[in-house]
Amino acid sequence: MSVMGLFFIFIATVAVMWLVRQGVMESPWLEEGEVAHYRRVGGAEPPTAGRVGLAVFLAVAGCLFSLLAAAFFMRGDAPDWQMPPIPGVLWVNTFLLAASSVALQVAVVAARRANAERLKTALLIGAVTAALFLIGQIWAWRELLELRFFAASNAANAFFYLLTGVHALHLIGGLVALARTTDKVRGAERVTKALTTRVELCAIYWHFLLFVWLLMFAMLIGWADGFGAICRRLLS
Amino acid sequence: MTDASVPQNVAPPPAEVPEVELYHAHSWITKYVFSQDAKVIAIQYAGTAIAVGILALVLSWVIRLQLAFPGAIPFIDANVYYQSVTMHGMIMVVYMLTAIFLGGFGNYLIPLMVGARDMVFPYVNMLSYWVYLIATLVLVSSYFFPGGPTGAGWTLYPPQSILTGTPGHEYGIILMLVSLILFIVGFTMGGLNYVVTVLQARTRGMTLMRMPLTVWGIFAAAVMALLAFPGLFVACLMLLLDRTLGTSFFMPSLVELGERKDYVGGSPILFQHLFWFFGHPEVYIVALPAFGVVSDLISVHARKNIFGYRMMVWAIVAIGVLSMVVWGHHMYISGMDPWFGFFFAVTTLAIAVPTALKVYNWVLTLWHADIHFTTPMLFALGFLVTFVNGGITGLYLGNVIVDVPLSATLFVVAHFHMVMGIAPVLVIFGAIYHWFPKITGRMMDERLGKIHFWITFLGAYAIFFPMHYLGVLGMPRRFYEMGETAFVPASAATLNIVITVIALAVGFAQSIFFYNLFKSLKHGAPAGGNPWRAASLEWQTPETPPGHGNWGKQLPVVYRWPYAYSVPGAPEDYLPQNAPPVRGERSP
Repeated sequence: MSVMGLFFIFIATVAVMWLVRQGVMESPWLEEGEVAHYRRVGGAEPPTAGRVGLAVFLAVAGCLFSLLAAAFFMRGDAPDWQMPPIPGVLWVNTFLLAASSVALQVAVVAARRANAERLKTALLIGAVTAALFLIGQIWAWRELLELRFFAASNAANAFFYLLTGVHALHLIGGLVALARTTDKVRGAERVTKALTTRVELCAIYWHFLLFVWLLMFAMLIGWADGFGAICRRLLS
Repeated sequence: MTDASVPQNVAPPPAEVPEVELYHAHSWITKYVFSQDAKVIAIQYAGTAIAVGILALVLSWVIRLQLAFPGAIPFIDANVYYQSVTMHGMIMVVYMLTAIFLGGFGNYLIPLMVGARDMVFPYVNMLSYWVYLIATLVLVSSYFFPGGPTGAGWTLYPPQSILTGTPGHEYGIILMLVSLILFIVGFTMGGLNYVVTVLQARTRGMTLMRMPLTVWGIFAAAVMALLAFPGLFVACLMLLLDRTLGTSFFMPSLVELGERKDYVGGSPILFQHLFWFFGHPEVYIVALPAFGVVSDLISVHARKNIFGYRMMVWAIVAIGVLSMVVWGHHMYISGMDPWFGFFFAVTTLAIAVPTALKVYNWVLTLWHADIHFTTPMLFALGFLVTFVNGGITGLYLGNVIVDVPLSATLFVVAHFHMVMGIAPVLVIFGAIYHWFPKITGRMMDERLGKIHFWITFLGAYAIFFPMHYLGVLGMPRRFYEMGETAFVPASAATLNIVITVIALAVGFAQSIFFYNLFKSLKHGAPAGGNPWRAASLEWQTPETPPGHGNWGKQLPVVYRWPYAYSVPGAPEDYLPQNAPPVRGERSP
């Protein structure tokens, strides 16, 4: 639950800072007439609805993954806990997902410069590497299953399948969004602002999933054991 | 209101939708069934929630009949009893209260109150309702599967929830978990809409601190729900895997009916943590919208600005933050570290501070006010009394040392029914009487409304107040029958019969409300645009009921806060939020 605590403190801090900046300290009954709202921070444009929507969704997904991590550490305390061997293909997968993230970042830069050709290529590379990552994950599952590490035989195996599965489902959802964006880019005559925003949203989501995957991978290969020990000491 | 009145320094809302871009329905089906209009979705949400709510009401009769006349009614056996307890609880908390406050009132009121044309993602909003409907149908369908719905109790604690001794262990529990997962997916789609609409689609001049408290309440509740529901999601998903694939997330090694199960080393406590990480915020997800709505009802019907608006907002935020760190108080008897219990007791009691602050502010709003005892006002006052009552027993239960003997008795049942059952339901009724004229253009019958109020309010007290007494006696909750028990006197059985008779009567009396609702739909007195002479934006729409796009050609511009009542020197006793200021006039 410490994971959850950290995540929650982060969200609460962001929310309270934002509220103060939005003027929750004002006295509305003393003010009348027009007031400027949607305060612009540092002269930047206010974020679009899509961007805010994605930010809120990432908070929800972040909450989901933090809870899974919290459950992982708490359950990992039991004496029967036995982590399965980590299939080597996961290293390749990590590289593929990172490459996918980089490709989408290249796509964002290309979209901002209205370079339609490079944008299409980058989106394609991003989608293909992400799809390869998914295939790699299935490969890892098969490898474990062939070695008879079933979900029912140990909770650690079950967590392996659960964590990678939930992450993969999020990536599949992202691929649907990416496919629709690619479709729009192909149909468009030139790179519009709306298109650029769509590409940006995809890239942000991809970076988020990469970040989650890196933490998750660290947990699965045992680099986060020290952190888990701290959590358990706090709780018990 | 012309364009010239809009100063150039005001940024337009980022999600301001020009009339032309708004989605337009072309057929009856897209207008009323697969509608993307938040107002239609709101009514769909509310209708579905009330329909399952009626099912939950009937189930509560089953529970009461068994408690009063154990074994006398042939079809109520232990299985039916436990299934009724489970389904009643789950339906009321999740499928009824959460859905009607956020999906119903949230969808209808947020766009109107902040001056938007619609939610920012209308298509996702539509999906949200349909996923919710499927979730509800999956849940109810468990009645038609062999074994019936699950009888695990609404908390679904493993290991008992998936063992063969529990009714509905074949299909009921699986359908329940799948239904909850669907509900959460559907809710997340809706919740994104509520939050982003408040953040991005407020009209010109509508600062955060000019939003009605109803919007603040729903907004804060939506944020909390988005952060809390993943807890239930994870718990349900893992429990589902334990049940279907035989994993051991929560299931310890155990012997059932002399047979050793394959589960090893799972942690039931882990489930409790995850469940209550959702479960406690859930109380406030229901309560915060109710707080907001009540603030508006009291202010409008007392013709006075809400006392301490700023503190009300801060209190909502404070309650929202604190409620995420109190879940442990549901687990005092699970054998936690005393220091951990101490921590949760402190946070739990700390919530009483912002909550009490809100109660004082409501009372101070009423002080020296021009109180109109309309039906919505009566319901708001009824809420105030009930909520204080339920809140105070919450202080008892928040203390570890008092909670331990009272845990799992009817005292707990009385407490949470007062605070998150009756209190929010009174607000829902009040809100329906209040906003019905805007939704339909007709008034509801006041006389019937008042009869409905008094029966519901006094009846609810007659039902739940004696339960505190039964709880202090030590009568446990959830027991199918008491049998011969030394510490429970015979008078307790008589009291149980009285409670049951009143519960049946109050339940049937709700038909007055439905009669009023359907009669007023056709024959109610025409309401006009603003029958309560309210200042907030939803009453200032050009049409009543508001048309598609809400605001006609031009979005309103907001010049003041929504509580400008009884302003000295103003032509009327209220100033609408969008009325341009007269020179020299000042808000109170």
